[in-house]
Amino acid sequence: MTEKRKAVVLVSGGLDSLLAAKVVQDQGVHVEGINFYTGFCVEGHTHAIRKSDKARPKRNNALWVAEQLGMKLHIIDIIEEYKNVVLNPKHGYGANLNPCLDCKVFMVSKAREWIERNGFDFIVTGEVVGQRPMSQRKETMPVVSSESGADDLLLRPLSARNLPETLPEREGWVYREQLHGFSGRSRKPQISLAKQYGFDDYAQPAGGCCFLTDANYSAKLSDLWQTRGEKHYELDDIMLLKVGRHLRPRPHFKVIIAREEGESRFLQGYRKQFSHLETVSHTGPLALVDGDVDAEDMELIARLVARYSKGRGEKQVELEVTGLDGVRHRLTVAPLLAHEIPGTWLL
Amino acid sequence: MKTVKLDARNLLCPMPVIRVQNRVLELDPGTLLEATCTDPGVLNDIPAWCRINGHRIVDTRVEGSDYIITVKVGECSNE
Ligand code: SF4
Repeated sequence: MTEKRKAVVLVSGGLDSLLAAKVVQDQGVHVEGINFYTGFCVEGHTHAIRKSDKARPKRNNALWVAEQLGMKLHIIDIIEEYKNVVLNPKHGYGANLNPCLDCKVFMVSKAREWIERNGFDFIVTGEVVGQRPMSQRKETMPVVSSESGADDLLLRPLSARNLPETLPEREGWVYREQLHGFSGRSRKPQISLAKQYGFDDYAQPAGGCCFLTDANYSAKLSDLWQTRGEKHYELDDIMLLKVGRHLRPRPHFKVIIAREEGESRFLQGYRKQFSHLETVSHTGPLALVDGDVDAEDMELIARLVARYSKGRGEKQVELEVTGLDGVRHRLTVAPLLAHEIPGTWLL
Repeated sequence: MKTVKLDARNLLCPMPVIRVQNRVLELDPGTLLEATCTDPGVLNDIPAWCRINGHRIVDTRVEGSDYIITVKVGECSNE
Protein backbone atom coordinates (compact mmCIF):
# COMPACT_ATOMS: atom_id res chain seq x y z
CA MET A 1 0.00 0.00 0.00
CA THR A 2 1.72 3.16 -1.10
CA GLU A 3 -0.79 5.94 -0.64
CA LYS A 4 -2.71 6.07 2.64
CA ARG A 5 -6.33 5.40 1.77
CA LYS A 6 -9.18 7.15 3.54
CA ALA A 7 -12.41 5.60 4.77
CA VAL A 8 -15.41 6.97 6.57
CA VAL A 9 -17.23 4.74 9.03
CA LEU A 10 -20.90 5.08 9.97
CA VAL A 11 -20.77 5.35 13.75
CA SER A 12 -23.90 4.52 15.69
CA GLY A 13 -22.16 4.42 19.05
CA GLY A 14 -22.53 0.66 19.41
CA LEU A 15 -19.93 -2.08 19.39
CA ASP A 16 -20.17 -3.18 15.76
CA SER A 17 -19.18 0.11 14.18
CA LEU A 18 -16.40 0.50 16.76
CA LEU A 19 -14.96 -2.87 15.76
CA ALA A 20 -15.45 -2.34 12.03
CA ALA A 21 -13.55 0.95 12.21
CA LYS A 22 -10.77 -0.62 14.28
CA VAL A 23 -10.31 -3.53 11.85
CA VAL A 24 -9.86 -1.13 8.93
CA GLN A 25 -7.72 1.30 10.92
CA ASP A 26 -5.41 -1.57 11.85
CA GLN A 27 -4.76 -2.12 8.17
CA GLY A 28 -3.23 1.32 7.86
CA VAL A 29 -6.28 3.10 6.50
CA HIS A 30 -7.05 6.66 7.69
CA VAL A 31 -10.53 6.41 9.22
CA GLU A 32 -12.94 9.17 10.24
CA GLY A 33 -16.47 8.72 11.56
CA ILE A 34 -19.86 10.06 10.57
CA ASN A 35 -22.77 9.99 12.96
CA PHE A 36 -26.20 10.91 11.66
CA TYR A 37 -28.67 12.62 13.94
CA THR A 38 -32.23 11.79 12.92
CA GLY A 39 -34.11 13.13 15.96
CA PHE A 40 -35.04 9.56 16.95
CA CYS A 41 -31.60 8.62 18.24
CA VAL A 42 -31.59 7.26 21.76
CA GLU A 43 -28.34 9.11 22.24
CA GLY A 44 -28.24 12.30 24.18
CA HIS A 45 -31.73 13.29 25.06
CA THR A 46 -33.31 11.09 27.61
CA HIS A 47 -30.44 11.31 30.02
CA ALA A 48 -30.64 15.08 29.78
CA ILE A 49 -34.36 15.09 30.48
CA ARG A 50 -34.93 12.57 33.23
CA LYS A 51 -33.59 13.53 36.57
CA SER A 52 -33.49 9.91 37.66
CA ASP A 53 -30.97 9.22 34.91
CA LYS A 54 -28.62 11.90 36.20
CA ALA A 55 -26.50 9.40 38.08
CA ARG A 56 -25.58 7.59 34.88
CA PRO A 57 -22.58 8.99 33.06
CA LYS A 58 -23.74 11.41 30.43
CA ARG A 59 -21.86 10.23 27.46
CA ASN A 60 -22.48 10.47 23.78
CA ASN A 61 -21.51 7.00 22.61
CA ALA A 62 -20.57 8.05 19.09
CA LEU A 63 -18.10 10.58 20.52
CA TRP A 64 -16.85 7.93 22.92
CA VAL A 65 -16.22 5.50 20.05
CA ALA A 66 -14.34 8.16 18.09
CA GLU A 67 -12.20 8.90 21.10
CA GLN A 68 -11.34 5.24 21.62
CA LEU A 69 -10.09 5.08 18.07
CA GLY A 70 -8.43 8.49 18.02
CA MET A 71 -10.46 9.45 14.96
CA LYS A 72 -12.41 12.54 14.01
CA LEU A 73 -16.19 12.42 14.17
CA HIS A 74 -18.56 14.44 12.04
CA ILE A 75 -22.08 14.64 13.46
CA ILE A 76 -24.58 15.41 10.75
CA ASP A 77 -28.08 16.74 11.28
CA ILE A 78 -30.39 14.88 8.87
CA ILE A 79 -33.63 15.61 10.74
CA GLU A 80 -35.47 17.17 7.78
CA GLU A 81 -34.38 14.77 5.04
CA TYR A 82 -34.94 11.77 7.28
CA LYS A 83 -38.67 12.49 7.52
CA ASN A 84 -39.24 10.96 4.13
CA VAL A 85 -37.52 7.76 5.28
CA VAL A 86 -39.83 7.45 8.29
CA LEU A 87 -42.99 8.57 6.51
CA ASN A 88 -42.66 6.68 3.23
CA PRO A 89 -40.31 3.72 3.58
CA LYS A 90 -40.16 1.91 0.26
CA HIS A 91 -39.23 -1.34 2.02
CA GLY A 92 -41.72 -0.89 4.84
CA TYR A 93 -41.29 -1.08 8.60
CA GLY A 94 -39.76 -3.67 10.89
CA ALA A 95 -41.46 -5.00 14.02
CA ASN A 96 -42.34 -1.41 15.02
CA LEU A 97 -42.13 1.85 13.10
CA ASN A 98 -38.45 1.27 12.33
CA PRO A 99 -37.75 1.62 8.62
CA CYS A 100 -34.34 -0.04 9.04
CA LEU A 101 -33.66 -1.00 5.44
CA ASP A 102 -34.58 2.40 4.00
CA CYS A 103 -32.69 4.03 6.86
CA LYS A 104 -29.50 2.11 6.06
CA VAL A 105 -29.84 2.88 2.35
CA PHE A 106 -30.34 6.56 3.13
CA MET A 107 -27.41 6.80 5.55
CA VAL A 108 -25.02 5.00 3.23
CA SER A 109 -26.12 7.25 0.36
CA LYS A 110 -25.41 10.32 2.53
CA ALA A 111 -22.01 8.82 3.35
CA ARG A 112 -21.37 8.32 -0.35
CA GLU A 113 -22.07 11.99 -1.01
CA TRP A 114 -19.79 12.85 1.90
CA ILE A 115 -16.82 10.83 0.63
CA GLU A 116 -17.19 12.42 -2.80
CA ARG A 117 -17.15 15.91 -1.28
CA ASN A 118 -14.26 15.18 1.03
CA GLY A 119 -12.01 13.06 -1.15
CA PHE A 120 -12.34 9.81 0.78
CA ASP A 121 -12.02 6.41 -0.87
CA PHE A 122 -14.63 4.13 0.66
CA ILE A 123 -17.34 3.60 3.28
CA VAL A 124 -17.28 1.23 6.24
CA THR A 125 -20.22 -0.04 8.29
CA GLY A 126 -20.47 -2.45 11.20
CA GLU A 127 -23.19 -4.52 9.51
CA VAL A 128 -23.13 -8.28 10.00
CA VAL A 129 -25.00 -10.74 7.75
CA GLY A 130 -28.02 -12.12 9.56
CA GLN A 131 -27.58 -9.92 12.63
CA ARG A 132 -30.85 -8.05 12.32
CA PRO A 133 -34.06 -9.44 10.86
CA MET A 134 -34.74 -6.59 8.47
CA SER A 135 -31.73 -4.65 7.29
CA GLN A 136 -28.92 -7.12 7.82
CA ARG A 137 -30.09 -10.22 5.98
CA LYS A 138 -28.08 -11.88 3.25
CA GLU A 139 -30.66 -10.70 0.69
CA THR A 140 -30.86 -7.13 1.94
CA MET A 141 -27.17 -6.32 2.28
CA PRO A 142 -26.74 -5.98 -1.52
CA VAL A 143 -29.87 -3.77 -1.53
CA VAL A 144 -28.10 -1.28 0.76
CA SER A 145 -25.01 -1.28 -1.48
CA SER A 146 -26.89 -0.81 -4.73
CA GLU A 147 -29.76 1.49 -3.73
CA SER A 148 -27.41 3.83 -1.89
CA GLY A 149 -25.25 4.07 -4.99
CA ALA A 150 -22.22 3.09 -2.91
CA ASP A 151 -21.97 -0.31 -4.66
CA ASP A 152 -18.59 -1.86 -4.10
CA LEU A 153 -17.28 1.15 -2.22
CA LEU A 154 -19.17 -0.19 0.80
CA LEU A 155 -17.08 -2.48 2.99
CA ARG A 156 -18.43 -4.44 5.97
CA PRO A 157 -15.23 -5.58 7.67
CA LEU A 158 -17.01 -7.79 10.23
CA SER A 159 -18.79 -9.83 7.56
CA ALA A 160 -16.70 -9.20 4.45
CA ARG A 161 -15.67 -12.79 3.97
CA ASN A 162 -19.29 -13.81 3.58
CA LEU A 163 -19.91 -11.14 0.98
CA PRO A 164 -18.70 -10.46 -2.57
CA GLU A 165 -15.33 -8.76 -2.85
CA THR A 166 -15.44 -4.98 -2.76
CA LEU A 167 -13.23 -2.41 -4.45
CA PRO A 168 -11.03 -1.74 -1.38
CA GLU A 169 -10.28 -5.49 -1.25
CA ARG A 170 -9.68 -5.84 -4.99
CA GLU A 171 -7.38 -2.84 -5.03
CA GLY A 172 -5.42 -4.11 -2.04
CA TRP A 173 -6.34 -1.11 0.14
CA VAL A 174 -7.37 -3.69 2.72
CA TYR A 175 -6.57 -7.41 2.89
CA ARG A 176 -9.60 -9.65 2.72
CA GLU A 177 -7.82 -12.33 4.80
CA GLN A 178 -7.60 -9.85 7.67
CA LEU A 179 -11.31 -9.09 7.56
CA HIS A 180 -13.92 -11.19 9.34
CA GLY A 181 -16.66 -13.60 8.36
CA PHE A 182 -19.16 -13.07 11.18
CA SER A 183 -22.77 -14.02 10.55
CA GLY A 184 -25.97 -14.65 12.43
CA ARG A 185 -27.54 -13.21 15.52
CA SER A 186 -24.91 -14.28 18.02
CA ARG A 187 -22.93 -11.44 19.58
CA LYS A 188 -20.16 -13.76 20.74
CA PRO A 189 -17.69 -13.06 17.91
CA GLN A 190 -18.02 -9.31 18.45
CA ILE A 191 -17.64 -9.64 22.19
CA SER A 192 -14.51 -11.73 21.83
CA LEU A 193 -13.03 -9.34 19.23
CA ALA A 194 -13.74 -6.44 21.59
CA LYS A 195 -11.90 -8.31 24.31
CA GLN A 196 -8.98 -8.89 21.99
CA TYR A 197 -8.77 -5.16 21.33
CA GLY A 198 -9.23 -4.31 24.99
CA PHE A 199 -12.55 -2.47 24.58
CA ASP A 200 -14.72 -3.08 27.61
CA ASP A 201 -16.90 -0.10 28.33
CA TYR A 202 -18.87 -0.06 25.08
CA ALA A 203 -22.60 0.70 24.84
CA GLN A 204 -24.99 -2.16 24.28
CA PRO A 205 -28.34 -0.79 23.17
CA ALA A 206 -31.07 -3.38 23.57
CA GLY A 207 -33.33 -3.03 20.56
CA GLY A 208 -31.47 -0.89 18.11
CA CYS A 209 -29.97 2.49 17.65
CA CYS A 210 -33.18 4.50 17.76
CA PHE A 211 -36.57 4.99 19.42
CA LEU A 212 -38.38 3.71 16.33
CA THR A 213 -37.57 0.13 17.38
CA ASP A 214 -39.40 0.73 20.66
CA ALA A 215 -42.98 -0.62 20.67
CA ASN A 216 -44.24 1.96 23.11
CA TYR A 217 -42.69 4.87 21.25
CA SER A 218 -44.05 3.57 17.94
CA ALA A 219 -47.55 3.31 19.42
CA LYS A 220 -47.39 6.98 20.40
CA LEU A 221 -46.12 7.98 16.98
CA SER A 222 -48.88 6.11 15.17
CA ASP A 223 -51.43 7.66 17.52
CA LEU A 224 -50.06 11.07 16.54
CA TRP A 225 -50.50 10.33 12.84
CA GLN A 226 -53.93 8.80 13.30
CA THR A 227 -55.36 11.65 15.31
CA ARG A 228 -53.89 14.29 13.03
CA GLY A 229 -55.32 12.50 10.03
CA GLU A 230 -51.98 12.66 8.22
CA LYS A 231 -48.53 11.17 8.42
CA HIS A 232 -46.37 14.09 9.32
CA TYR A 233 -44.13 15.27 12.19
CA GLU A 234 -41.93 18.10 13.38
CA LEU A 235 -38.89 17.71 15.62
CA ASP A 236 -40.84 19.00 18.63
CA ASP A 237 -43.48 16.29 18.12
CA ILE A 238 -41.01 13.45 18.18
CA MET A 239 -39.09 14.91 21.12
CA LEU A 240 -42.29 15.19 23.15
CA LEU A 241 -43.10 11.55 22.48
CA LYS A 242 -39.99 10.65 24.47
CA VAL A 243 -41.16 12.49 27.56
CA GLY A 244 -43.91 11.97 30.11
CA ARG A 245 -47.03 9.83 30.31
CA HIS A 246 -49.22 10.27 27.25
CA LEU A 247 -52.94 9.72 27.89
CA ARG A 248 -55.76 10.09 25.41
CA PRO A 249 -59.07 10.22 27.31
CA ARG A 250 -61.01 11.38 24.22
CA PRO A 251 -60.17 11.13 20.52
CA HIS A 252 -59.78 14.90 20.14
CA PHE A 253 -57.20 15.53 22.81
CA LYS A 254 -54.19 14.05 24.53
CA VAL A 255 -52.60 14.94 27.87
CA ILE A 256 -48.84 14.74 28.46
CA ILE A 257 -48.04 14.43 32.16
CA ALA A 258 -44.49 14.73 33.46
CA ARG A 259 -43.36 11.69 35.45
CA GLU A 260 -40.80 13.53 37.51
CA GLU A 261 -39.10 16.85 38.08
CA GLY A 262 -36.65 16.61 35.18
CA GLU A 263 -39.51 15.98 32.77
CA SER A 264 -41.55 18.84 34.26
CA ARG A 265 -38.60 21.15 33.61
CA PHE A 266 -38.29 19.90 30.05
CA LEU A 267 -42.04 20.31 29.39
CA GLN A 268 -41.91 23.87 30.74
CA GLY A 269 -40.13 24.79 27.52
CA TYR A 270 -43.36 23.95 25.66
CA ARG A 271 -45.78 25.99 27.81
CA LYS A 272 -46.27 28.63 25.13
CA GLN A 273 -47.31 26.07 22.54
CA PHE A 274 -49.88 24.18 24.63
CA SER A 275 -52.61 24.81 27.17
CA HIS A 276 -51.18 23.49 30.41
CA LEU A 277 -52.04 22.68 33.98
CA GLU A 278 -50.14 22.83 37.25
CA THR A 279 -51.35 21.80 40.67
CA VAL A 280 -51.52 24.62 43.21
CA SER A 281 -52.72 23.06 46.45
CA HIS A 282 -50.34 20.09 46.28
CA THR A 283 -47.05 19.21 44.65
CA GLY A 284 -47.72 17.77 41.24
CA PRO A 285 -46.54 17.37 37.69
CA LEU A 286 -46.79 19.81 34.82
CA ALA A 287 -49.25 18.64 32.16
CA LEU A 288 -49.64 19.79 28.55
CA VAL A 289 -52.89 19.47 26.61
CA ASP A 290 -52.63 18.61 22.93
CA GLY A 291 -55.94 19.33 21.14
CA ASP A 292 -58.91 21.69 21.30
CA VAL A 293 -60.82 21.22 24.51
CA ASP A 294 -63.94 22.72 26.06
CA ALA A 295 -64.68 23.42 29.73
CA GLU A 296 -66.02 19.94 30.34
CA ASP A 297 -62.90 18.33 28.83
CA MET A 298 -60.69 20.62 30.93
CA GLU A 299 -62.46 19.54 34.10
CA LEU A 300 -61.74 15.91 33.22
CA ILE A 301 -58.10 16.74 32.45
CA ALA A 302 -57.75 18.57 35.76
CA ARG A 303 -59.11 15.55 37.62
CA LEU A 304 -56.67 13.32 35.72
CA VAL A 305 -53.67 15.53 36.50
CA ALA A 306 -54.77 15.74 40.15
CA ARG A 307 -54.64 11.95 40.23
CA TYR A 308 -50.91 12.12 39.47
CA SER A 309 -50.26 14.78 42.15
CA LYS A 310 -49.45 14.39 45.82
CA GLY A 311 -53.12 15.21 46.49
CA ARG A 312 -54.38 12.05 44.81
CA GLY A 313 -55.88 10.75 48.05
CA GLU A 314 -57.54 14.07 48.97
CA LYS A 315 -61.12 15.10 48.33
CA GLN A 316 -60.13 18.17 46.34
CA VAL A 317 -57.08 19.48 44.51
CA GLU A 318 -56.69 22.98 43.15
CA LEU A 319 -55.01 23.51 39.79
CA GLU A 320 -54.08 26.47 37.65
CA VAL A 321 -55.02 26.20 33.99
CA THR A 322 -53.29 28.38 31.40
CA GLY A 323 -54.90 28.63 27.99
CA LEU A 324 -53.10 29.03 24.68
CA ASP A 325 -53.82 32.77 24.92
CA GLY A 326 -51.96 32.89 28.25
CA VAL A 327 -55.15 33.53 30.24
CA ARG A 328 -55.14 31.69 33.57
CA HIS A 329 -57.89 30.39 35.75
CA ARG A 330 -58.15 28.05 38.68
CA LEU A 331 -60.10 24.83 39.02
CA THR A 332 -60.80 22.82 42.15
CA VAL A 333 -61.58 19.21 41.38
CA ALA A 334 -61.81 15.74 42.87
CA PRO A 335 -58.90 13.58 41.66
CA LEU A 336 -59.98 10.69 39.45
CA LEU A 337 -59.92 7.33 41.17
CA ALA A 338 -57.63 4.64 39.81
CA HIS A 339 -60.51 2.64 38.32
CA GLU A 340 -61.79 5.76 36.53
CA ILE A 341 -58.68 5.82 34.32
CA PRO A 342 -59.13 3.02 31.77
CA GLY A 343 -55.93 1.36 30.59
CA THR A 344 -56.88 2.26 27.03
CA TRP A 345 -56.21 5.95 27.75
CA LEU A 346 -52.53 5.30 28.21
CA LEU A 347 -50.65 5.42 24.93
CA MET B 1 -8.64 37.89 20.17
CA LYS B 2 -11.89 37.63 18.31
CA THR B 3 -14.78 35.99 20.18
CA VAL B 4 -17.78 34.72 18.26
CA LYS B 5 -20.99 33.95 20.14
CA LEU B 6 -23.38 31.09 19.55
CA ASP B 7 -26.80 30.65 21.10
CA ALA B 8 -27.50 26.93 21.54
CA ARG B 9 -30.07 27.31 24.33
CA ASN B 10 -33.13 25.05 24.51
CA LEU B 11 -31.46 22.48 22.30
CA LEU B 12 -30.80 18.96 23.48
CA CYS B 13 -27.62 17.04 22.78
CA PRO B 14 -26.32 16.38 20.24
CA MET B 15 -27.82 19.51 18.62
CA PRO B 16 -25.59 21.98 20.54
CA VAL B 17 -22.54 19.94 19.51
CA ILE B 18 -23.68 20.02 15.89
CA ARG B 19 -24.16 23.81 16.09
CA VAL B 20 -20.68 24.26 17.57
CA GLN B 21 -19.17 21.94 14.96
CA ASN B 22 -20.81 23.74 12.05
CA ARG B 23 -19.83 27.17 13.35
CA VAL B 24 -16.22 26.07 14.01
CA LEU B 25 -15.99 24.97 10.37
CA GLU B 26 -16.51 28.58 9.30
CA LEU B 27 -13.97 30.07 11.71
CA ASP B 28 -10.24 30.65 11.46
CA PRO B 29 -7.85 28.81 13.80
CA GLY B 30 -7.32 30.72 17.02
CA THR B 31 -10.83 32.21 17.05
CA LEU B 32 -12.76 31.87 20.28
CA LEU B 33 -16.31 30.53 20.05
CA GLU B 34 -18.52 31.11 23.08
CA ALA B 35 -21.50 28.75 23.10
CA THR B 36 -24.39 29.30 25.49
CA CYS B 37 -26.32 26.09 26.15
CA THR B 38 -28.97 24.79 28.53
CA ASP B 39 -28.56 21.00 28.23
CA PRO B 40 -26.06 19.88 30.88
CA GLY B 41 -25.03 17.09 28.49
CA VAL B 42 -22.85 19.66 26.71
CA LEU B 43 -20.45 19.64 29.66
CA ASN B 44 -19.35 16.23 28.43
CA ASP B 45 -20.15 16.27 24.76
CA ILE B 46 -18.55 19.56 23.66
CA PRO B 47 -15.21 18.80 25.37
CA ALA B 48 -15.24 15.26 23.91
CA TRP B 49 -15.94 16.64 20.45
CA CYS B 50 -13.11 19.18 20.88
CA ARG B 51 -10.61 16.54 22.02
CA ILE B 52 -11.39 14.39 18.98
CA ASN B 53 -11.29 17.15 16.46
CA GLY B 54 -8.30 19.14 17.69
CA HIS B 55 -9.94 22.13 19.36
CA ARG B 56 -9.56 23.32 22.93
CA ILE B 57 -11.94 24.34 25.70
CA VAL B 58 -10.60 27.51 27.29
CA ASP B 59 -13.43 28.29 29.67
CA THR B 60 -16.58 26.74 31.11
CA ARG B 61 -18.95 28.64 33.35
CA VAL B 62 -22.44 28.31 34.68
CA GLU B 63 -24.72 31.35 34.78
CA GLY B 64 -28.15 30.59 36.17
CA SER B 65 -29.49 27.81 33.98
CA ASP B 66 -26.99 28.49 31.19
CA TYR B 67 -23.77 26.61 30.54
CA ILE B 68 -21.29 28.82 28.71
CA ILE B 69 -18.44 27.02 27.01
CA THR B 70 -15.63 28.78 25.16
CA VAL B 71 -13.84 26.82 22.45
CA LYS B 72 -10.59 27.86 20.83
CA VAL B 73 -10.62 26.76 17.22
CA GLY B 74 -7.65 24.48 16.51
CA GLU B 75 -5.35 24.27 13.52
CA CYS B 76 -6.85 21.16 11.99
CA SER B 77 -9.95 21.85 10.04
CA ASN B 78 -12.91 19.60 10.63
CA GLU B 79 -13.72 18.56 7.10
S1 SF4 C 1 -32.82 1.13 14.43
FE1 SF4 C 1 -33.36 3.19 13.73
S2 SF4 C 1 -31.41 4.18 13.23
FE2 SF4 C 1 -31.02 1.97 13.36
S3 SF4 C 1 -31.26 1.22 11.25
FE3 SF4 C 1 -33.24 0.97 12.23
S4 SF4 C 1 -34.36 2.85 11.75
FE4 SF4 C 1 -32.19 3.26 11.36
